[in-house]
Amino acid sequence: MHHVIVGSGPAGVVAAETLKTHQKDARVTILNNEDAPPYSRMAIPYYLIDQIEENGTHLRKNKDHYSSIGIDLINGELSAIDLASKTLLLNDSTNKSLQYDKLLLATGSSPNIPKIQGIETEGVSSCWTLADARYLLNKIKKGDDVVLMGAGFIGCIILEALVKSGANLTVVEMEDRMVPRMMNDDAGGMIKDWCLSKGVVIHTGTRVEEIEKLDSGKLGLKLSDGKILEANLAVSATGVSPNTGFLKKEQLKVGQGILVNRSMQTSDPDVFAAGDVAEGLDFSTGEYSIQAIQPTAVDHARVAAKNMIQLGSVEHQGSINMNVLDTLGLISCSFGAWAGVKDGEQVSLINKDRFKYFNLQFEDDLLVGATSIGMTQHVGVLRGLIQSRIRLGDWKDRLLKDPTRLMEAYLSSTQALGFNSKVFA
Amino acid sequence: MLRSLQLESEKCTGCLQCEMACSYENEGVFNPSKSRIKVFTFHEEGRFAPYTCSQCAEAWCLHACPVDAITINPGTGAKDVSEDVCVGCKVCTIACPFGTVNYNADSGKVIKCDLCGGDPACVEACPTEAITYVDASNAGMDRMRAHAAQTIKS
Ligand SMILES: Cc1cc2nc3c(=O)[nH]c(=O)nc-3n(C[C@H](O)[C@H](O)[C@H](O)COP(=O)(O)OP(=O)(O)OC[C@H]3O[C@@H](n4cnc5c(N)ncnc54)[C@H](O)[C@@H]3O)c2cc1C
Repeated sequence: MHHVIVGSGPAGVVAAETLKTHQKDARVTILNNEDAPPYSRMAIPYYLIDQIEENGTHLRKNKDHYSSIGIDLINGELSAIDLASKTLLLNDSTNKSLQYDKLLLATGSSPNIPKIQGIETEGVSSCWTLADARYLLNKIKKGDDVVLMGAGFIGCIILEALVKSGANLTVVEMEDRMVPRMMNDDAGGMIKDWCLSKGVVIHTGTRVEEIEKLDSGKLGLKLSDGKILEANLAVSATGVSPNTGFLKKEQLKVGQGILVNRSMQTSDPDVFAAGDVAEGLDFSTGEYSIQAIQPTAVDHARVAAKNMIQLGSVEHQGSINMNVLDTLGLISCSFGAWAGVKDGEQVSLINKDRFKYFNLQFEDDLLVGATSIGMTQHVGVLRGLIQSRIRLGDWKDRLLKDPTRLMEAYLSSTQALGFNSKVFA
Repeated sequence: MLRSLQLESEKCTGCLQCEMACSYENEGVFNPSKSRIKVFTFHEEGRFAPYTCSQCAEAWCLHACPVDAITINPGTGAKDVSEDVCVGCKVCTIACPFGTVNYNADSGKVIKCDLCGGDPACVEACPTEAITYVDASNAGMDRMRAHAAQTIKS
């Protein structure tokens, strides 16, 4: 049995390891198209601020890890698949090809390049790969004027790293608040106020329309409100799209990402997909979507690998959308149906002066979503309560009156202390 | 033989000695807010529940970590955080459905119970044997699960 995995991000690596754990005699090959050993994009911000060396971003720290457990990690890029003959065509001078028995597409996503004039100008970069990070690390000097385009989840993560590396930062976000797809108005507004109080300049409801190199050597960024920003560097974080360029039209069913069932199997029975490239089941909505977060990539990978070994052995229960963000020391989280559900109930605690926010969303006596700002202790129980669908009974009303009693509610409602393991990947 | 912390809330008097001992052992200070074990108070019933990581088999934190900073200690079976490797991304704190991995803003890293390497300070500190370190396959653990289900439910 030869399992081939395309892409060496967290989804690819965890799938390979899971395959090797459960099917020791199988051949497992990972195709890596980047100029580094498998690494985690999530660690990039810490590399940017010199908290870690480049190898601190590596998913596994031991160089021989892959060979020591019998995984073939090879360099190469998939350019096309022939499903009938189960052959992969690689994009290199030797025109190498690879045969597979089962294939996992774990190719992740790539940043959207905003369609604006001058986006190719030197000094404009995304912050998605280690290569991008090396470029930025080299380029940013203390006191530089830097413009960040996009204040979504990834934008806000980079924001902190840019400020910590000494940039005078200006953020330009198209939508009317920060992290619009992760935080509600109250919470997004609070994050914005916090950033403003830390000296970051923020333009929401504004877009960059054109970039040019000025005579001074700096970049000039023309905004939709007519203002011109001057900057040494511009970083774009305006969303990502799944990497499916190697697929011919209608070769596999693709929506926003590659469509999969609850076995992470695509429309071809021997081809599976996992991670940012796959539209997997969302626990909260019951629908299939791209979550583009690391924990979901890992969930997908483990389910996909087990089904590659034996189809039907595990069913994906749906991943919960969850995020944690540290914006210049302000820690925020959101979980599940944080925007609420139809006919649901909710409770909010807000303290603008102290930058504290806590919101719980209920459906019946189930917790279905939550948002918190300024909370670092025991936040995981929010996931536990949501994903184990534990009935809160009387505790729901108590929480509606006083959401700070969360831990009491949790401990009272879970089967036993620390043993509510009804959460499945 | 692996051992586990057995937490019996009905024996807990809420004295917080465990929190003191834990923070002192692991952080060098007597500061309950730095403790990895936490005693929760049920105000209406005047009851207490000591609570910490159960070193669960699913190891949500370990799988969520992007940089392999959480590993299984072969001696104790605990899921240990390596301070040197942890980047402080906090993903484990939202991934752990028990809420027993917490972010420590002072160090910029996460902390969780590591069973003190096999000699848990909280166990020694507890005057009422509400926290004991027992054989993981001990029937007491099962009893505790069943029992806790009754006693903790209000
Ligand atoms: C700066 C930054 C910070 C982030 N922070 C967080 C965070 O805090 N929390 C969180 O949950 N998520 C975060 N993310 C998102 C997270 O990194 C992704 O969700 C995760 O990497 C998805 O894993 P994956 O394995 O599906 O894809 P990827 O990690 O993108 O890996 C896919 C791999 O496949 C390769 N590939 C693509 N096409 C081909 C091909 N044709 N042939 C061969 N290989 C190919 C790619 O080059 C890549 O190496 C962050 C991302 C960035 C950029």
